[in-house]
This record gives sequence, structure tokens and C-alpha cells, in this order.
Amino acid sequence: MTTSITGRSTIDDDPHDADRASTGRLGDRIFGGLATGSGLLVVAIVTLVGVFLLVQAVPSLMNNDANFLLSREWSPSGANPRFGIADLAWGTLVTSVIAMVIAVPLGVAVALFITQYAPRWLSRPAAATVDLLAAVPSIVYGFWGLNIAGQYFEPVAGLLQGALGWVPFLSDQNVSAKSTLAFAGVILAIMILPIVTAISREVFAQVPTTHKEGALALGATKWEMIRVAVLPYGKPGIISAAMLGLGRALGETLAVLILLSTLSPTKEWSFSIFNGGSTFASKIAGGASEFDTPQKTGAYIAAGLVLFVVTFLVNAAARIVIERRKAFSE
Amino acid sequence: MAKRIDVKDLDIYYGDFKAVEGVTMTVEPRSVTAFIGPSGCGKSTVLRTLNRMHEVIPGGRVDGSVMLDDQDLYASSMDPVAVRRTVGMVFQRPNPFPTMSIRDNVAAGLKLNGLKNKKKLDEVVETSLKGANLWNEVKDRLDKPGAGLSGGQQQRLCIARAIAVNPQVLLMDEPCSALDPISTLAIEDLINELKSDYTIVIVTHNMQQAARVSDQTAFFNLKATGEPGRLVEVGDTQRIFSNPTEKATEDYISGRFG
Repeated sequence: MTTSITGRSTIDDDPHDADRASTGRLGDRIFGGLATGSGLLVVAIVTLVGVFLLVQAVPSLMNNDANFLLSREWSPSGANPRFGIADLAWGTLVTSVIAMVIAVPLGVAVALFITQYAPRWLSRPAAATVDLLAAVPSIVYGFWGLNIAGQYFEPVAGLLQGALGWVPFLSDQNVSAKSTLAFAGVILAIMILPIVTAISREVFAQVPTTHKEGALALGATKWEMIRVAVLPYGKPGIISAAMLGLGRALGETLAVLILLSTLSPTKEWSFSIFNGGSTFASKIAGGASEFDTPQKTGAYIAAGLVLFVVTFLVNAAARIVIERRKAFSE
Repeated sequence: MAKRIDVKDLDIYYGDFKAVEGVTMTVEPRSVTAFIGPSGCGKSTVLRTLNRMHEVIPGGRVDGSVMLDDQDLYASSMDPVAVRRTVGMVFQRPNPFPTMSIRDNVAAGLKLNGLKNKKKLDEVVETSLKGANLWNEVKDRLDKPGAGLSGGQQQRLCIARAIAVNPQVLLMDEPCSALDPISTLAIEDLINELKSDYTIVIVTHNMQQAARVSDQTAFFNLKATGEPGRLVEVGDTQRIFSNPTEKATEDYISGRFG
């Protein structure tokens, strides 16, 4: 589009280049200083957290007798500590992937309903209700999953294991259904649904009327109009919504900690999503009470460092996609 | 291909608000009819009832009848989607689908109709682009995004997209208002050519344009502020511009409107 209205002017484009709007008056200087200071503060905090994690983790990693990335062991104390993150990475991966597989299509569908199908009187309350899901504390989701929702997941899990148990991913591991990675993923899906919905909703609402009418005037049905005009326009937004949701799913702690049954160190490795396990976040939270020696603490912090880096990368990827979308719509 | 449009006692509403009242007129096949009138008089609204796009706006509805030859567009058995496949539309702002290539833009309507044969699609893309006088400018970059064309080219792309599905009628809602004079001229020439195949109805704010391109002109006006718009007079373009029956028409076309 050559003529889209974006609410940007050349003044917005590069404030660092030509700061002609500043007058050098006292108010300008104070406010400018405060804003700059706040910006620097955030950068400093993130950097310090990274440095802190690194400094604490490196000595432990040096003492580690096992392969940190590939080992399944977790005995970080003693003279010959052996610990690795293979189990944690697997647990985090499985729960996050399940959460995404459920929450992204569902969130997009909810956003489409709110922006395209719902009558006007319903769309606002519906949007508010979904946003409300984000306000429920994490621990409440954990208890709700364990005490109420879990029992309804048991027949579902039983059905899947019975019919498709020969698939390695779905084999029965003798773990109560509500304590499995699969169910933790389901609860995570509900928790990230609001952010996926909110961001998708925002981009769908921005689809220019002219594009939608262009499709309708060609004889598109409502669904075809959504396919031809709404979804292509919203695609980068959906991707960034998914990534931000993933960022939250990776770091979610309490609900996962409450739900998942931890594996005994002797249990054989399984690819099944109906196994118990730990995620990075749940492992660290679960071990928080035993941070007694720097060696042990360092091991947990090393795991936290991995989570920090992965989450950082996911969020950065989301940002990049959002930036690309801007270039697209202007 | 082209069909006659018969509008009879058409009242148009937005919810409870009556926007236009009592429009009765006939549009002959293979002719160009121009709708003129001040802003807010309902000419675009009337245009949008001719392919049932008016209903897309929440609360939009009509009373009265619109006949396409002997088909009642507002019969209860009539599917609005089918109407829009027969009556094509070009909008004020060029609106090619931004994520699609030039080729896919033209083929979009055909694909909606379920046409999958690549060879046939390519054929129609070529004839439609030729029909819209755009082929020579874009034939080497059919896979480039449609949004990368100039405004005038985009508008002709939209015309190609509209005629690709072989409609009976082509509606144009101020198709040149966002274009420079040269692109405007290109579109006007195109309208003259398309006239031999299609029934064309065009809304325009530009009276010279109405005089240049149309065979028949309809003048719309508001009775008074807050009252519904109405069709004041419709007739031969030459007669409307030289010897209108109504005083209001004469005032408007001679610029003494007030």
C-alpha cells in the first residue's frame, strides 16, 4: 500500500538522529534524563542478571563430571557432582509444544470469532473474558488442574494410550494422567491462550476494510474472505503471538511444579508424553529449598541460565517477526 | 454477458436510519451510467445495493427490488455471494491483496470459484490483464507483489481482478478519486472499452468525468439535512448536462449548489 495511514511521521522515525524538538529547557532536560535513565536501567538489569547467572554457574559447571547438555543425572552436590539438563530440556520441550499445538489454533479461532463473527454486543465481553484468563494466578491453575480438571483428562489419556499406545510418544508409563507432561501442556495451553488471543485479535482487527470488502465483492463467503484477506494479513502477527506465548510457556513454574510427578532417577528413559518429568522452571523451583552450597546452587543456576537464553532467543525471534510485519504493512 | 438493471422503489436503511428513499431507475446493458451528487447523498450506498455489498455493514438492509434482467437480487432464495460473483465491484482506494502476487490477485476470484487448472488460470490472468490495459506493463513481473505497483496500475489490477470472474455488471465507486490525472485518463479510456462487454455503473465526484465517460447520468441529492437521500433526476448524460429538468440538478452541475 502506498497510502496506508500508520500514524507515524518523520519526527517519529529516528529520534536520535535530529533531536530538534528538544529545547534545552529545564523540563525537557529533566524528563529526557528520566526517560533515558529508565531505559538504561532496564538494559543494566538484564545484563546484570545474565552476568550473575554466568558467574554463579561457571564454577559448578567446571566441577561437573557429567555432560551438562546430554546427561540425565542430577546429583549436583558432593565431591564429584554429576548433573545434566537432558530431562529438563525434554520436559520443557514437550509441555511447551503441547501447549502451543493447542493454544495457537484455539487462540486464533477465538480471535477470529471475536473480530469477525461475534455480534458487536458480544465481542467486547468475550474479549474481556479471555483477557481475564491472564489474571488468574498461576498457582490457582495448578490446583485447579490437580483437583478438578485432572480427573476429566484421565479418560482422554486412557483412550489415547489404549488406541495408540504402540506409538512411542503415547505409551503408558504408569503415571497418573494429571501428573503427566501431556496434562501440564494442556494447562499451559489455557494459561497462554490469553496472550495468543489478544495479539491475534489486535492484528485481525487491523485488517483494512478495503481488503475484506475486496474479497467479499469477488464473491467470497465469510470463511473465504477470512482465508483470502484476514489470515494472510494477520500471519506475521499470529507468528509473533505464538512466540510470545511460547516464551511464557517455557518459563511457567508453579502450575507445572504442582502438576508434574518427578521421575525417580532410576526410571528408564521414555519419549512418552504420558510420562512424568520436570521442566527447567519446575526443577529450579522444586530445588529452591536445598540451595545450601555454592556448588549445588550453581548447578541450578546453570539450568536457569539455559532457560534464560532460550526464552531470550524466542522473544527476540518474536520481535524480529513483528518488525518484519511493520515493513509489510506500510 | 451484460445485463439490464431495474431498480424499483428502493429504500435503503442503516439500522433504523433511512439513508436513501424511493430510487427507481433502469440501467441499460452495455452502457455506462454515472451517479453524481454531493457527499452524503447516498450515491455510493445505492451503488453498493446493486451487488448486495450494502448488507456487509451491520444493520444494512433494503426495501424494494433490484432486478438483473429477470432475476430479483433480493429474492429470499438469492445468495448474496452468488450476486457478487455476477456483479463485480471496483473500490475508491485500489485494494489489491497485499500478500498476493499480481498473478494471484487476478486469479483470486477464479480460485474462489474452484478453478484449479493452472493453464486455464494463466489464460484468464492474461486476458483479464489485457482487458484492463495492464498486461504490457506487468507481463514480466507477474510474480511480484501487487502492492508494488503504482496507484493507477493497482486500480487497473483491481479492474482486471473484477473482470476475471466474467461478471454481468461492473460497479465502480469513485475509481479515480485516489489517482493522478494521467492514471485517471487511463481508467476512463478503459471504461470506454469495457462498455462494449459490460454494464457499468460508476460513482464520481468529478462532473467532467461523468460527462466524458457516461451515457446516462443520475443525480442524487438530500432533500434536506438529516433527511434521506433521493434520486432527483436520471437521463441521457447530454441532456442532464445541457438541459436538466430539475432546478437542483442545474444548480449542482453549474456549481451553484448550496
